[in-house]
Amino acid sequence: MIVFGYRLPGMSSLLLWGLLWEIVGQAGVTFFVPPLSTVLGTLFEILGTAAFQKALFETAYAFFAGVFFAIVIGIPTGILMGKSRLLDELLLPWVNVFLSAPLTALVPVLMVLFGFGMKSIIITTTLFAIWIIILNSRAGVRQINRSLVEMAHSFGASPTDAFFKIYFWAALPEILGGVRIGIIRAVKGVIIGQLLISIVGFGALFELYSANFLMGHFWAVLIVLFALAFTISEFLAYLERRVSYYAAKR
Amino acid sequence: MSQTKETITPAASTSFESAVSARNISKNYGDVEALRNMSLEFPRGQLTSLLGPSGCGKTTLLKIIAGLLKPTSGEVEVNGKKVTGPGPDRAFVFQDFALLPWATVLRNVAFGLEMRGVATSEREARAEKYIKEVGLAGFENAYPHELSGGMRQRVGLARALAVDAQVLLMDEPFSAVDEQTRRKFQEDLLQLVQNENKTFIFVTHSIEEAVYVSDQIAILLPRPSRVSEIIRPSNFRSKGVDNIRRDPEYLDIVDEIWASLRTYVE
Repeated sequence: MIVFGYRLPGMSSLLLWGLLWEIVGQAGVTFFVPPLSTVLGTLFEILGTAAFQKALFETAYAFFAGVFFAIVIGIPTGILMGKSRLLDELLLPWVNVFLSAPLTALVPVLMVLFGFGMKSIIITTTLFAIWIIILNSRAGVRQINRSLVEMAHSFGASPTDAFFKIYFWAALPEILGGVRIGIIRAVKGVIIGQLLISIVGFGALFELYSANFLMGHFWAVLIVLFALAFTISEFLAYLERRVSYYAAKR
Repeated sequence: MSQTKETITPAASTSFESAVSARNISKNYGDVEALRNMSLEFPRGQLTSLLGPSGCGKTTLLKIIAGLLKPTSGEVEVNGKKVTGPGPDRAFVFQDFALLPWATVLRNVAFGLEMRGVATSEREARAEKYIKEVGLAGFENAYPHELSGGMRQRVGLARALAVDAQVLLMDEPFSAVDEQTRRKFQEDLLQLVQNENKTFIFVTHSIEEAVYVSDQIAILLPRPSRVSEIIRPSNFRSKGVDNIRRDPEYLDIVDEIWASLRTYVE
């Protein structure tokens, strides 16, 4: 954007919103909104604390484990569904149900099944991410150019060769799109899981801060989470742009 | 017309060694009969065109020969061996090129060899040789989307040549390239048939193209799909590429084929 002949860097509008926050905070309109400067001060204060770092580590662990399982299980499942009519008929209804289901409602069930710990949080994260990855991989395989499949077949490709050298690559742009949305959903999954189970990670921190009315701390952690989620999403979008350059040219 | 009468002889009376024989091929898709009881011989070292209006089953027949489709009944033999699926004795050139968009020209050309488990250095050496042969030297590391349609089909052709199959199956290979490129391709194809000791089976819907490039033209008619006649042009091919299109025999055959096909064109 250009204002008075100056080109403003991206996201400079955030400054304006930050200023507004500061004014509302300083005016003391509500106890729930402390000034931004206080929040940022608290932010740097708690970044160094052991409690925060432990929460960050646990969250990262649950997040990466959950995403890992979602990708490793989701992509092959999606590709196989795209290839096999039988598998597709069997699984597609479930994938669609779970994609649109309010998974938050499932978390208590998971807690009963898998306990109140890390395991439940990882499974929640996976459940949030996996369905869109499956659906996108499936869609990627289904739009594959038939003559590419025939080509591989006519040159004697084995099923394994066809899977790894044709189907996977042909579906890669869609797969990456699915992984990106899946990971964004996984960020929600890992936080929601922690909030509901609320004895580990940021869930425990939120519980602690809000129970003790430490609003500055509460907002500080929230800003960290939002920033993390946004950074991850932008980074994935960047990767996707680099890898799928050929997608438009198929 | 007397001249063409002589050239159009029934297949049975010509004697040649056939590399590919299709015997009593029928193919049904549900209730739809794509091919009915079709038999055809393909002479070794020559180019046979399958020519006919759309819906006459020419591509179906080609894919059955390739082993990509299973006939409902009947069988195909390549060099005396019954076809049960795709095999190293046949290579396919696709109408839409069927190149891997994520792979370089070199890897695309080497793909058939890669599937056969040829070591990387050897298959790249062989691929480079054929890339040069089709006139794409210098484009080894280009990606398909960086090439023109004609160049892409040269990649497809190099890929088929690189596996050194005895039979080349070409499914309307020049229909997606522009007119001038197509003419160049047709001339190059004549060279290729002459230099490589391979059997070519060529599907086309262009009468001129079929007569120009073929040693033998099989006219296929639809509903029910059948071989209506086999034409073997006799002498204009030896007169050089520049003279074929004004040779009286060439012109007569083109007219004759159009006369027999025109009632089937909607």
